[in-house]
Amino acid sequence: MGLGSYCFRKSLWVFHFGGASCNNCDIEILDCLTPRYDIERFGMQLVGTIRHADVLLVSGSINRKCRDRLLELYHQAPKPLLVVAFGACGCTGGIFAEGNTFAGPVDKIIPVDAYIPGCPPKPEAILAGIVKLLNK
Amino acid sequence: MVKELFYFLIFPGMIFSVIVGGVLSWSDRKITARVQFRKGPPFLQPFYDLGKLFYKETILPKHGAKLTFLAAPVFALFSATLANVFILLPSVFPGSGFRGDLIVIFYLLAIPSLTYLLGSLASGNPLGALGASREMKLIISYELAFILSLACIIIKSGMSLSVSDIIAAQQEQGAFIGSLSGALIFIVILFVNQAKLALVPFDMSEAETEIAHGVFIEYSGSAYAIIKMARYVMLFALPAMLVTLLMGGFSFSGTGILWSVLKLLLILLLITLIRNTNPRVRIDQAMRFFFIWMNLLAVIAIVLSLINL
Repeated sequence: MGLGSYCFRKSLWVFHFGGASCNNCDIEILDCLTPRYDIERFGMQLVGTIRHADVLLVSGSINRKCRDRLLELYHQAPKPLLVVAFGACGCTGGIFAEGNTFAGPVDKIIPVDAYIPGCPPKPEAILAGIVKLLNK
Repeated sequence: MVKELFYFLIFPGMIFSVIVGGVLSWSDRKITARVQFRKGPPFLQPFYDLGKLFYKETILPKHGAKLTFLAAPVFALFSATLANVFILLPSVFPGSGFRGDLIVIFYLLAIPSLTYLLGSLASGNPLGALGASREMKLIISYELAFILSLACIIIKSGMSLSVSDIIAAQQEQGAFIGSLSGALIFIVILFVNQAKLALVPFDMSEAETEIAHGVFIEYSGSAYAIIKMARYVMLFALPAMLVTLLMGGFSFSGTGILWSVLKLLLILLLITLIRNTNPRVRIDQAMRFFFIWMNLLAVIAIVLSLINL
């Protein structure tokens, strides 16, 4: 393992893409920044632009409108990039999987490195998913 | 020639400033975390960030001036480093420097903000342009207060324009911050530093929740790593300037090292606490704050320093 990839795993900057989300996952992501879970211990930060991002966190069901945006974001991001499908909607489609406007779970559109299931996932589950991502 | 290159590249120039600036940036983030009752990042976090950014891909804007976009961070890093060399050299080697280097430092410290502005305009991103416009307004508002406070320091040191004379004057008559006008100037330069570093009350040019990092929105990979390095150097250079001009300068011998570190950390603590206890102001509020209140304080300090207070 080279120095570059070592540093990469030590400082993951997260960009959060909310698809057609019900916002419950988004609130649980913010929980990870609070004193109780403090995700900055692992060098993680939430960033506002995809150009700085190392992790693309996709929450919410992806419908036909979101699909193109998600693909565009994926192509705009500097590589190497890790993609995390977040919540039941991101992983499988959840209760929207049969819907008319549903455009497939995240892994049908872009390659996914880690799945964090739950509706919404608990902050503990998010930390467990992060540990999986770091040991990948 | 070799000596100058050593000063610029190793000590007290680029490598030394980036390392000290990185450590200061870590303490800034750690203090922020402790204020919020969090644990905070590990000690080497700024260097992990740099290593990771150099490891990543650099993306150039499709519609934009690519050369300006890539050259801007390099100019920012070089001018910040050069300013830091001119600030620290008279403390490391007493009597070095030249007549008028205070003016050179003033201009060199203005260059990084200008290059961020140029780089973001060259990227062609609308949010970047918005950030650049805010950065421009911020530069207009704080530079007058900054040059007025430098004028006050020049008057207090007996009309000398060189940093080593200012340090020598402070060794004779005590640090300038002990007098009334010096204390006023300290407040003015502290807020100017906050605006130059783009920390929270004045971070409207890169408001990440509002315009998504504004001026830095298109930068990625190595270009952003160089911007990060320039920002680390500025985080070292601006408190170092405050210590040199108002608090008696650094000393690199015996217990003097401890005092120097304590002075630097005190100013960093003040900057971080201001950053953590204030909301972001609007650009018109920032301009009013600098144009009216900071300029008023600086002018009062000049009048006081003319009557030796």
